[in-house]
Amino acid sequence: MLSKTRGSLGLALVAALGIGLVACGGDDESSEPAATKAPAASEAPAGSDAPAGTDAPAQGATLANFTPWSADAPVIDCRPEEGPLKAAWIYVGPTNDGGWTQQHDVSRQAVQDHFGGAVETTYKENVPEGPQVLQTIEDLIADGNTVIFGTSFGFQDAFVEAAEAHPDVCFEFATGFKGSDNLSQFYGAAEDTDFLAGMAAGAASATGKLGMVASFPIGEVLRGVNAWTMGARMMNPDSTVNVVWVNSWFDPPNERKAAEALIAEGVDVLGQKGIDSPATGDAAKAAGVPWAGYNADQSANYGDVWLTATAYDWSIYQIPRLQAILDGAWVAGNYYGNLSDGFVTLASFGDLVSEETRAAIAAELEKLTATPGSQFTGPINDNKGNEVLAAGVSHTFEELMSMAYLIEGVIGDIPAS
Amino acid sequence: MNSNIFVIIASSAIFYGTPLFFAALGGIFTERSGVLNLGVEGTMLLGGVSGAWASQHVPGSAWFTVLAAIIIGMAAGALTSTLLAILCVTLRTNQTVAGLAITIFAGGVGLSSYFANIWKVAEAPVDRQVRRLDVFGWADAPVVGPILFNQTILTYLSWVLVVLASVYLFRTRFGLQLRAVGESPQTADAMGINVVKYRYLHTILGGALAGLGGVYYSLAIVPTWVDGMTKGAGWIAIALVIFGFWRPSITLIGAYLFGALQSLSSTLKARNVQVSGDVLDALPFFMTIVVLVLVSTRFAHRRLGAPAALGFPYEREER
Repeated sequence: MLSKTRGSLGLALVAALGIGLVACGGDDESSEPAATKAPAASEAPAGSDAPAGTDAPAQGATLANFTPWSADAPVIDCRPEEGPLKAAWIYVGPTNDGGWTQQHDVSRQAVQDHFGGAVETTYKENVPEGPQVLQTIEDLIADGNTVIFGTSFGFQDAFVEAAEAHPDVCFEFATGFKGSDNLSQFYGAAEDTDFLAGMAAGAASATGKLGMVASFPIGEVLRGVNAWTMGARMMNPDSTVNVVWVNSWFDPPNERKAAEALIAEGVDVLGQKGIDSPATGDAAKAAGVPWAGYNADQSANYGDVWLTATAYDWSIYQIPRLQAILDGAWVAGNYYGNLSDGFVTLASFGDLVSEETRAAIAAELEKLTATPGSQFTGPINDNKGNEVLAAGVSHTFEELMSMAYLIEGVIGDIPAS
Repeated sequence: MNSNIFVIIASSAIFYGTPLFFAALGGIFTERSGVLNLGVEGTMLLGGVSGAWASQHVPGSAWFTVLAAIIIGMAAGALTSTLLAILCVTLRTNQTVAGLAITIFAGGVGLSSYFANIWKVAEAPVDRQVRRLDVFGWADAPVVGPILFNQTILTYLSWVLVVLASVYLFRTRFGLQLRAVGESPQTADAMGINVVKYRYLHTILGGALAGLGGVYYSLAIVPTWVDGMTKGAGWIAIALVIFGFWRPSITLIGAYLFGALQSLSSTLKARNVQVSGDVLDALPFFMTIVVLVLVSTRFAHRRLGAPAALGFPYEREER
């Protein structure tokens, strides 16, 4: 695997920071120990030794960043009558894509290691977004799975339909927005770490021309592109970001073509958002161009060009949620993790990131850990010159989720779908 | 000058057209012998995954490993098409069905992805890859630099192959006999030409070249293995054989045309030219259909060199 020791250390620091912040914020006090223990426990598979927290995993399964859909949301009991709880993951790509799906599967294995014999996990990979999703869900339920995790935006409607048809199955969906009594949504503030990664990218650019390979122009991805651009322009005020939309989550040959086309256009730093594979990094490596990745720490494989990346630890959410099922306390709701609970982290820095830049990033990391999403505070203009946010005004959570503009500094338009 | 859009497109046309040419050249040999190989896509994928595995596991210096990966990838392609030859030449099965079966069996959700899983090929990038060269230090020369002097060794090999293949097909006795086998195996047999041997050899050679095309994908284009990464290149290659009228030189031009179409979308998007990516990405396949319709006219069949016995198994007793 990748350099886990450093990652664990970072996560531990972030978790420690989280304790302090939650305490200061005066949130529901009783939830803190559980919420902060969850990340520590989830590290068990990554490190070789079982950490101290393993014995007391997320009791009560309260998650600081989780909100039930409503106060009277019913408790769904999807425990099996006998045997271990069977949970299944559905992936859009292969488990070895070097990014998104791989990271989901790392988390699935973390869940498996955490619960041992109490939970039996399985997965289906390479499931295309389309009619096959519903069929896959039905097959998994027929096999006795009572918890289904979805990991690609385009699976959402199938999950809504399946949740309606199977009210006794717990559905957990990543990166969507639709919910029901037995359908939860979980994701996290990648725009915060994207902003920090963008800072590293901006500082690495000599010409001020940066390039980004992006997937689909939906809210999640636009947020990331805008935050990355903002970070780059914080370090390199007049820089621009040229975005190529490849209209796919996972298409390495096309991703590489897009990255090469950007390099041919003269960009001297590359980034990516919503792109599951590190093919952009391959193009960057071949051309000797610094690269900020996405999804996972790829510093080991792309050392020469590596800057940093947004990385996810999905098990931060999944372990307490499965514990809630085992405890008979699962309710559906929305989870939006962030830096403070360790759901999103900034991957380790490459040698190309200077000490000065690291210090600047550390300062911003502290702010974003305290107030997620605060980089989107006005004055902010879109790239057509219209004012989006007046000075001092921030986006509401709903505005963040439904973002539909490209920020000043991004070259190009949102392509018509 | 070198970021001139025409320079970029010409350079990537050659870069992305090269694997199409390898596979299509293989198709020319196979079809000239009278065997239709619809298994090219699956053969390319098996070549690609074997080459990627070899690049990760064969010890020795970097160039030796890459050479071994190329040879192993070609060998995997040759093995796959040996299976096709057994089916089509010895067992005289329907060639269309046999070829489709090979593509399904070896393709993106078949054997190639199975091998990728058990060999764990995709878990790490392919570090020992086929890189773009800087020939004579002219890679940065205006216009011609990126187009001609900044390609991979396999592209230069393909230019040698186009000459060798043309000479072989049209200037040697073996080439003449090969064409005779494809036109009229009965006549060739009566002349004492070993039809079965010619068909076997050229089907296997075709498979090796398709394997080389696959290696180009996993070692040069995306130096990582991805299941089904050729994404229809094998089918484009089959159309290219027809587009090139079973002639290597015309096929090379056709391959570069399709290579340009494949990279046009990214290039235009990076220039912020407002185009529909979906339409552009579909262009190579749309062109494939157009080409097939044009050349399937009776005129094309009579005048443009389709081997008359293409697709028909040869049985000596059958007259």
